Amino acid sequence: METLVYQFEGGSRGLPAQPQVVGVVGSGNLEVLIEAVPLAGACSIEIKTAAVGFGATWEAVMRDFHERWQLKNARIAINDMGATPAVVSLRLDQAVETILGGAA
Amino acid sequence: MSSYLELTARERLARLFDTGSFEEFLPPAARVISPHLAQLDAPVSFDDGVAVGRAVLDGVPVFCAAQEGGFMGGAVGEVHGAKLTGMLRRAVAERASAVVLLLESGGVRLHEANAGLIAVSEVMRAVLDTRAAGIPVVALVGGSNGCFGGMGIVARCANAVVMSEEGRLAMSGPEVIETASGVEEFDSRDRALVWRTTGGKHRYLMGDCQFIAADDVARFRQGAVDAIAASRTAGVELSLAALETEQSLLGERIARFGECTDPLDTWTALGIADAKAVPMMDADSFAATAATHRLGGPQ
Repeated sequence: METLVYQFEGGSRGLPAQPQVVGVVGSGNLEVLIEAVPLAGACSIEIKTAAVGFGATWEAVMRDFHERWQLKNARIAINDMGATPAVVSLRLDQAVETILGGAA
Repeated sequence: MSSYLELTARERLARLFDTGSFEEFLPPAARVISPHLAQLDAPVSFDDGVAVGRAVLDGVPVFCAAQEGGFMGGAVGEVHGAKLTGMLRRAVAERASAVVLLLESGGVRLHEANAGLIAVSEVMRAVLDTRAAGIPVVALVGGSNGCFGGMGIVARCANAVVMSEEGRLAMSGPEVIETASGVEEFDSRDRALVWRTTGGKHRYLMGDCQFIAADDVARFRQGAVDAIAASRTAGVELSLAALETEQSLLGERIARFGECTDPLDTWTALGIADAKAVPMMDADSFAATAATHRLGGPQ
């Protein structure tokens, strides 16, 4: 297992208080827990992944995610079992859409 | 129509109970995870593969749980089992109307060894304590991982079991039987045989499950409502008389079907004219055919 932590600043979109979890920790899949937490405006993402050695790919996918959603005061925690970058991006979008109450 | 089989545990809770009614105990944000998996450097889940809480079923408040088959096959670890046990104990403490268990599990999580085994046995005890308190417990089995091992026993400790044809219920799974007794005894790769032997239709004909439903969330919901009502009629607490009846039913099964080598033979022995047609029947025509032949009486 490998733990990766990223923090992004400068976001503008706040989240409702009710935490949400989407996805399942199964082969090629992941779960995403998203919560509104006061972090001085930051968006923090912690990943625990079974696939060791893909830090650069994770960082790129997380950077794209932050550019898409611009979250602030958001804590995201991921348990991953080898999901591909496309699946990770879709789950992250699903997590945000679910917590915002949109069509997930 | 919405397939029960294809939904995740959380989707089932959201769609089976009254809209928006599920209230979770120890939600994922509480991060009560398995201490054992982390030691083994294996992936964990924030809910340890089970969601427990209360919800409203057709206007009636109930307690409930749903196992997630996608996480380690729904296997029961120490935390997972403790959540089930805690929910059941709270159902007793708060005098719940009923408990609905959405089961999907390969049984004990062997990574957690004795802690997992003890956890499953505590769930069994808690199910029986709940029944002893006069609260019906019904089990729904319709996930792709089936309901095996210790959780198969838990299902049969409940007042009633609702299954789809696609659901499977047994003690030892097909691969376990093949490993222990050889492929001549049971070919775990013969999917038709596996479903004939462990699937909902066979379980319904044998009297191991009391309600058969099409693979549809609305049918499972209705099955849960009907099963709770039937449990109250039959008597909620497990009695010695009921155990003795069950024991004699099992004895009769061995006497009547002990020489059968395939469920098809069993169905023929039950008096079903065209046993080969049974696997292809839809749920409603199967239920009509089974009604006059199944063991355990009509519901």
